[in-house]
Amino acid sequence: MSLFHLFLKSVFVDNMIFAYFLGMCSYLAVSKTVKTSAGLGLAVTFVLVVTVPVNYLINKYLLAPGALAWISPRLATLDLSFLTYILFIAIIAAIVQILEMVIETFTPSLYSALGIFLPLIAVNCAILGCSLFMQERGFANVGEAAVFGLGSGLGWLLAIVAIAAIREKLRYSKIPKGLQGIGISFIITGLMGIAFMAFMGIKL
Amino acid sequence: MNVKKLLIEPLRKTNPVTVLVLGICSCLAVTAQLKPALVMGASVTVVTAFSNLIISLLRKGIPSRIRIIVQLVVVATLVILIDQFLKAFAYDVSKQLSVYVGLIITNCIIMGRLEAFALSHGPIESFLDGVGNGLGYSLILVIVAFFRELLGSGTLLGYQVIPPSFYEAGYQNNGLMILPPMALIVIGVVLWINNSKTESK
Repeated sequence: MSLFHLFLKSVFVDNMIFAYFLGMCSYLAVSKTVKTSAGLGLAVTFVLVVTVPVNYLINKYLLAPGALAWISPRLATLDLSFLTYILFIAIIAAIVQILEMVIETFTPSLYSALGIFLPLIAVNCAILGCSLFMQERGFANVGEAAVFGLGSGLGWLLAIVAIAAIREKLRYSKIPKGLQGIGISFIITGLMGIAFMAFMGIKL
Repeated sequence: MNVKKLLIEPLRKTNPVTVLVLGICSCLAVTAQLKPALVMGASVTVVTAFSNLIISLLRKGIPSRIRIIVQLVVVATLVILIDQFLKAFAYDVSKQLSVYVGLIITNCIIMGRLEAFALSHGPIESFLDGVGNGLGYSLILVIVAFFRELLGSGTLLGYQVIPPSFYEAGYQNNGLMILPPMALIVIGVVLWINNSKTESK
């Protein structure tokens, strides 16, 4: 599968929200206006592009069965994969923290746009989920992992901007009382998910 | 200390899923059948209860600047224990749940309870609060999974529930219910019913 195919597949077919429900909490909580949701979407994409390749390297040279062979042949039989969760989440939390500091120092304008969302992202399931999917699918090299991260991030951005636009319009519609707010957002997301399933038939 | 209040309130009145809208993230994907939903609910209950207990015991020693990292490490350790346990004793289910076991770490219910409750309450209360919230979460998972499995495949926990004579008379399983987007629509309807009931009181 070429990189471009992988990219398209991770944006549309394996969309983080519509196919896997990852990152639903912030997706529902922040999608009230298009502007803020675009900011959060960008921050998520940004963090995914950095964390997925880093976690790929961690997995390849530290966690996978026999991965430690590059240190010494005696370690080749070691399997550290049970440490996956703790290492991945620690890496993600650390990278988010570092990114926040770097962005704040070098590009204050970007920081003021993304700033408030960055701390939220460490506990966004889409980030950890993307790294775990990366591990499960076994990509061939760092490039593929990075493209997968970029595609998933953009897919997430697309989904949150789309629902924010719909919710902005929803303010003018008459919704049954018990369904207002979160209830109708769930149902709309479900319907959007059904629409996105059309992409599943596409063979890439 | 009111044990009953801590355990019962999260089931309905302050249900983490329907009222606070936390923790829907990773877990709707496991509700196509009842069995993985039950296992997932039980795992989340155990993790919430014990992480609440541990953080509550440590709460005076954790500097507040690094508390998120400390919480993540405690939760991740508990999730690793659950993951290894499932792999050893319920391998099929652990394959079905795949990455979603790992995603318990980032389940907002757990972080939410740690931040909102465990950091300011004693260990026993925190433990009970964790159990209550875990059960409230499991309740919603089980309701959604019940309808999806019953209508989608005509079975419950893998046993045929809808009698064969129905199929002979022309009844068909609703294949749409097994697809992931239906989980969202079912939970939307659950929310709707729940909201209208609370309002009418």
